[in-house]
Amino acid sequence: MAIKTEPILLNLGPIHPSTHGVFRMRALVDGEVITDIEPVFGYLHRGIEKLAEQKSYRQFIPLTDRLDYVASMNNNLAYVTAVEKLAGIEVPERAEYIRVIMSEIQRIISHLLGIGSFFNDMGTFFTPFFYMFIQKEKLTDLLEMVSGQRLLFNYMRFGGVSHDLPDEFLPALNTFLKEMPAEIDKYERLLKENEIVLARSKKVGILSPDMAINSSASGPVLRASGIEWDIRKADPYSIYDRFDFDIPTGTVGDCYDRYRVRVEELRQSIRILEQAVAGIPKGKVLNPVPLRFRPPEGEVYSHIESNKGELGFHVISDGSDKPYRLHIRAPSLLNLTALRKMLTGWKIADAIIIFGSIDICVGEVDR
Amino acid sequence: MEIRTDSTSLDIDRHEGNLIEELRSSSTKPVTEPSGWLSEDLKRNIFLTTVDNVLNWGRKSSLWTETAFTACCTFEFISLSSSRFDIARFGMEVLRSSPRHADLIITAGTLTWKMAPQIKRVYEQMAEPKWVIAMGACGITGGIFADSYSVVPGYNRILPIDVYIPGCPPRPEALLAGIELLRKKVEKRSFLQG
Amino acid sequence: MTVAITGEEVVGTLDKKLKGAVKSVESEGILIQAEKILDIALCVKNNKNLKLDYLVSITGTDYIDYLEVAYLFYSLDNNKRFTLKVRLENKSNPAMPSLTGIWIGAELQEREIYDLFGITFSGHPNMKRIFLWEGFRGHPLRKDFSNGN
Repeated sequence: MAIKTEPILLNLGPIHPSTHGVFRMRALVDGEVITDIEPVFGYLHRGIEKLAEQKSYRQFIPLTDRLDYVASMNNNLAYVTAVEKLAGIEVPERAEYIRVIMSEIQRIISHLLGIGSFFNDMGTFFTPFFYMFIQKEKLTDLLEMVSGQRLLFNYMRFGGVSHDLPDEFLPALNTFLKEMPAEIDKYERLLKENEIVLARSKKVGILSPDMAINSSASGPVLRASGIEWDIRKADPYSIYDRFDFDIPTGTVGDCYDRYRVRVEELRQSIRILEQAVAGIPKGKVLNPVPLRFRPPEGEVYSHIESNKGELGFHVISDGSDKPYRLHIRAPSLLNLTALRKMLTGWKIADAIIIFGSIDICVGEVDR
Repeated sequence: MEIRTDSTSLDIDRHEGNLIEELRSSSTKPVTEPSGWLSEDLKRNIFLTTVDNVLNWGRKSSLWTETAFTACCTFEFISLSSSRFDIARFGMEVLRSSPRHADLIITAGTLTWKMAPQIKRVYEQMAEPKWVIAMGACGITGGIFADSYSVVPGYNRILPIDVYIPGCPPRPEALLAGIELLRKKVEKRSFLQG
Repeated sequence: MTVAITGEEVVGTLDKKLKGAVKSVESEGILIQAEKILDIALCVKNNKNLKLDYLVSITGTDYIDYLEVAYLFYSLDNNKRFTLKVRLENKSNPAMPSLTGIWIGAELQEREIYDLFGITFSGHPNMKRIFLWEGFRGHPLRKDFSNGN
């Protein structure tokens, strides 16, 4: 005889160690099983899109840093490429290489943190996370070298980047690139075939390919469901068409696949970085643009493959020095669309893992 | 039968919305530090030197932090607590998810009005004595987001702040310096202050 | 390269009834009547040549005289993109059909537009504020919104 249970409304967050920031879920649970879930957003809604309308184009660059704060260079890149596309600004060759290097370094940082906190959620409390954090700190030092900041870099400008690389940067990056594959192997030895990891993440939280497309998922979440879609290949921005790399995809679309895709992307990022370091030319890094410049009237949608997925900026200009409207297509928010479907029917402990495997950044979810 | 949370959630949202509006309209001025519950005469006439020293030594050596981190500054706090900057030297490596175990809030990140009642509630749930560090520009004045319609211009609108650490975000070293300041403040605390 | 499908190409695939709903044809998209968006969206999604099966982003804009909602679609197989636009003249009580029945990816974005612009999407399963709290006055991304602070 089945035991009769009462559904309970369980609140998770916004202050909760597993919610990666201030995200909140209202779960309706039947015993341990989730029967329905409602994500609640807005605990970090800072009105960035409104602030954009009040600031000049250049003044908005530091605000983009604060969207996905684990990978601010990518946000910078997405925004400056959108405005450059709108105004037809040329970027020097060396600056393009620098942008690719920064973007890939940020992808590594974000994926390291994403994988690390995914394992935190799984119960390996902070051990893998701190291993990955060691490498993250090395990369942070590299980025500090070029920008003077450790987290929110404000490094890119319309028409290039703010400063040239210091002389010590490329040798230091080379050293890192030599060490990193061995480090990844170390993580793999620890985690890839770990029995608990397999038991808790394989076949858990499956997102079918149809569902992934229908719910506008992007980035590693979409690719883990087996869809080969990467904007770096599909619509190459900057100079990504010059580099040789693969798009890792999953087969099942479960939590384990999402973790695997991120690890493979770490390796691909290293490949891109190696090619970029080898090919970087000498020359200037900035085609100066007036401080309060006025792009022509018009609108543009420009996108990049950020660490979380497709990061797009829809900029509408009325010819003045401020954007008339600026919409940010945030991958973290849209990857959460399918959350309700993915979590329903799983136990609460699994829900934490599924949520962790999506890897969101609340700064970008709420904007 | 499919039960959706939506059916009841609007009522909860309305209730929470009222709480937010209430807090928003009542928090127009910075909160000052609460003065002690003892009368001035008593404070001037009783001194507890050794007892104070021992208590404060214990308190300052294990400040446990509540994990009430909201935004970007969190990553600098994680940097501080990881092996490189090693906050464990100060007995602070323990992060508490329950406010009942914690005696320090580090306000790492922007506070929005929607979040404000939650943070206030966490603060109220913490046992005395408790301290608050306002970390970063957003924590002090709202920083780069101060003009926004949804951002609280500084945590001091809802919590009494002990130490302010400027920066956007402050480096881990700056955070360490701030923690040093707080430890000095804890040292000077008198038991009779309540 | 993700190539933009021209407005003419898409209009060519619509049947007669829906052609009447197209208000104007632009180089990368079409402007349509709000009431017909469901039919047209289904049409471009299921058309074998277009196959615009991925809803990328929905942008709301306040142009003072009217509100505009722009839908951006990709065809992942053909690597193409296309924009559908809708204008809502009634600013005091704007409403239009929701696309959540076709793409659940529209769910959160439509809620966002409801929250920030005040456009109601009929047929949406959970039409309420997403970022701001219940009881917040006004819709912040409207141009006439004034900050209470």
